[in-house]
Amino acid sequence: MRSSVVVLTVAFGYLALLFVIAAWGDRRAEQGRSLIGSPTVYALSIAVYCTAWTFYGSVGRAAQYGPSFLLIYLGPTLAMLMAPFVIRKMVRIASAQRITSIADFISARYGKSSSLGALVALIALIGITPYIALQLKAITVSHAVLVNYPQAAELRLADESFWADKSFWVALVLAVFIILFGTRHLDASERHEGMVAAIAFESLVKLVAFLSVGVFTVFVLFNGPAELFARVVAAPELTRLMSLEAVPGGALGWVGMLVLAFLAFLTLPRQFQVLVVENVDERHLKRASWLFPLYLLVINLFVIPIALAGLLLGDVSGDPDSFVLTLPLSAGLEGLPLLVFIGGLSAATGMMIVETIALSTMVSNQLVMPLLLRSRHLHLSTRGELAGWLLRIRRVAILLILLLGYLYHALIGDAYSLVTIGLVSFAAACQFAPALLVGMYWRGANRLGAGVGMSAGFLIWAWTLLIPGFAQSGWLEAGFLDQGPWGLAWLRPYALFGLEGWDIYTHSLLWSLTANLGLLVGISLFTRQSPLEQTQAALFTEAMHPGLVQTTLWQGQTTRGELRALLDRYLGGAATARVFATHPDEAADDSQPAPPGLTARAEQALAGSLGSASARVLIDSVVRGEALNLESILSILDTTSETLEVNRRLEQKSSELAHASEELRAANERLRELDRLKDEFVAMVSHELRTPLTSIRAFAEILRDSDDLPDEKRRHFLDVVVRESQRLSRLIEEILDLARLESGRLTLEPQRLDLVALARHSVDAVHRPQENRGVTLEVEITPETAMVIGDPDRLEQVIINLLDNAGKFAADDDPRVLLRLERYKDHYRLAVEDNGPGIAEDERERVFEKFHQIQRQEGGEARGRPRGSGLGLPISRGIVAHLGGRLWVEQAPRLGGACLVMELPEAPAEKLKAES
Amino acid sequence: MSTPRLKERLVALIVLAALLFSPPLLLIADRSAAAPGWLVAYLFLAWGTVIALMAWLMEHRHEE
Repeated sequence: MRSSVVVLTVAFGYLALLFVIAAWGDRRAEQGRSLIGSPTVYALSIAVYCTAWTFYGSVGRAAQYGPSFLLIYLGPTLAMLMAPFVIRKMVRIASAQRITSIADFISARYGKSSSLGALVALIALIGITPYIALQLKAITVSHAVLVNYPQAAELRLADESFWADKSFWVALVLAVFIILFGTRHLDASERHEGMVAAIAFESLVKLVAFLSVGVFTVFVLFNGPAELFARVVAAPELTRLMSLEAVPGGALGWVGMLVLAFLAFLTLPRQFQVLVVENVDERHLKRASWLFPLYLLVINLFVIPIALAGLLLGDVSGDPDSFVLTLPLSAGLEGLPLLVFIGGLSAATGMMIVETIALSTMVSNQLVMPLLLRSRHLHLSTRGELAGWLLRIRRVAILLILLLGYLYHALIGDAYSLVTIGLVSFAAACQFAPALLVGMYWRGANRLGAGVGMSAGFLIWAWTLLIPGFAQSGWLEAGFLDQGPWGLAWLRPYALFGLEGWDIYTHSLLWSLTANLGLLVGISLFTRQSPLEQTQAALFTEAMHPGLVQTTLWQGQTTRGELRALLDRYLGGAATARVFATHPDEAADDSQPAPPGLTARAEQALAGSLGSASARVLIDSVVRGEALNLESILSILDTTSETLEVNRRLEQKSSELAHASEELRAANERLRELDRLKDEFVAMVSHELRTPLTSIRAFAEILRDSDDLPDEKRRHFLDVVVRESQRLSRLIEEILDLARLESGRLTLEPQRLDLVALARHSVDAVHRPQENRGVTLEVEITPETAMVIGDPDRLEQVIINLLDNAGKFAADDDPRVLLRLERYKDHYRLAVEDNGPGIAEDERERVFEKFHQIQRQEGGEARGRPRGSGLGLPISRGIVAHLGGRLWVEQAPRLGGACLVMELPEAPAEKLKAES
Repeated sequence: MSTPRLKERLVALIVLAALLFSPPLLLIADRSAAAPGWLVAYLFLAWGTVIALMAWLMEHRHEE
């Protein structure tokens, strides 16, 4: 079953299936029922990130360097977490500017510079072609392993003629596929729906294949993870693989690799293609931002188990890079290895398809087109012809790129292990990161800085990673690595400027990115931007600005006829008609001036096919005057952001105002309430004062007018006058006290005193009058002393007042009053209870209001008990509060009536010591 | 971006993920060698948690 014929039939059958899926996807797109309009398909298409390198190489890397392979996936996870900020902005910019590739993106950002675009395209071509070669190598090796097992898959590519090399034919089939589905439309910014559908399908296939091997290894070869783990623990050299020791460069290498993977995920041309250019709807990012990391996690679950299993089984499994194939083969299986081979094939082809499309677009738009546009000859060519030219250029580019990849693979592919090539490519792509990311957020970054920085970064990359690779392949003498070129030790590629002991990728990344970023920022700070650069910089950095969408930025003049001729020549009749259909104007003929919107639309259409730099050159050739109005766009951005800022401040101010007026209203309310209370108080005071005055006056008049009153009566009346006068003066005394309390002018003389003694003294004072009224007074004092800080006269006044009140409100038959003094935490509580009716819960606070008098039931006054002024309790509370205590009412626990509790803090202990 | 604090929460999650995936915490996981595979288990656990939090942040408002 593993005969070459079967394997080849299955492999090419699988490629044929891809054709069918892609064709179906394109058909559905034409019918308007897009297959890829779903966030899940989008997330799966991003999984083109997992190449043959993931599929075979992860296990190899895990077998050698332990968990460091995970970094290649943790970096993208971090990047996807930032998708709602960074990638969303990239997508927004790309759709506004009709961006076709990362080279186009960078060139457009820096003033549609064709030289910068060409530089990016060149770096990508040099850096990424080995990566394509790597995929071809993976296909060849996996095929050889599959067919030759258990013999070692000794490969000597140079000995074979190319037509016997399967990867050559795979490359050819892929070239046909990419030409069919990648260059159907000229407009590269339009989506390649069929291709994306095929890529998403391939992502599923490789996931299923890898999980199958994983499950087989763990559960069939080893009866579950427990057994595998137990055998690994028994082999100490394997447990080392699961710790940080195995990671090259240790903790520092770890961080370097994380940054490398993070940046490469955003800047690899194929990732940019699927993430940004092929994005149908920016809302898809939401799902993809967690679904794609989840895909990465799942596909990596079994990497370490497979690596460990392969190492445990020893010789039968051969090279770690092939463990996924050799493990099922060693168990004598037939079907599973074939599935694994297909999985690896889909991982490799998926990457090659997208990468080649991205690279060919760059080559045609950034390298070839600018050259063609410079030649006079092409400007004169007949209508529609250039459209065909462009497609042909792109197709030739596809063929050449794949052929280049194949040549690289056939000539020097043997020298590298899979992982090395992948990481070298990653580091090359990282050189785009400063220009890309800084350009998106800093308006000041300019073309010269980006160009010089990127070139420097690229050169350092080549010196520290690419050339040493050649040296290791034996193309250069080995001394070059150890002693440096011409014996210059500080130029040693793996220890530049003497920086030794670093992992080579972290080392290269540090120097190249430092130079790249440093030059970008440094040069940008000291040179000027051209007007077009300023405009583009503003458009990129402010891409999320809401006011930017409907703005027309054109002010140059041209006629409809000229514009039509230009589009006709480059895009063909159909595309031209589509552009003009967006601005239908019956009356206008070709000599009329073109409206600004139409000119902008025309440039967009050209940019979508040729890249922004070339489109710009073409539009300039027909438009007179400054085509893009820099002043207006900057002023739009500035005024809108200023307006926004002003609005924000206004909003803040008005909310502050509302808040202040709310406070004012509340204060006013309080004032009015106080005013009302004052009026009430004055009315009450007058009333209270008038009552005794009236009776004094009445009795005094009787005494004056009636000379014949009996002595007994006269004495009685005089008694009343005296009693009422006393009441009056007491009342005035109380009112004065209250006024002093409320104004804060009450003078207290706080001193240390013993509350026990004071309480006993007060009880003695009221004992007699209470007894006269038939009130039983009980005293219960638990502490021996109770030292508090207070004014003795005032406190005694309070206690007497409480006892008086209690006596007044005690029950009519057998009135009883109880005074308790006890310690409560670091306070003393003096409670006075009575056995009266008690005070209802909602009345309890009101007894402390001025002149509040509890309604006595059925004429308690008749029993001759003195009436209160209604000021005793408010004054008592004021005094107690002044002394730092509290006074409140509760249900009497013993006698069942009301209970007034006074609580005072204990006097500080050190004073006690000082005194004693 | 309709929830006012989504941005802040995202930033917090990014910081959390960066912390979980980098050395100080990693070294702790590596050295507290309760079992040989502890570092690997820690990595997958942290990774899964971050993904779950992101999924929750991105999706839960759909259901409201």
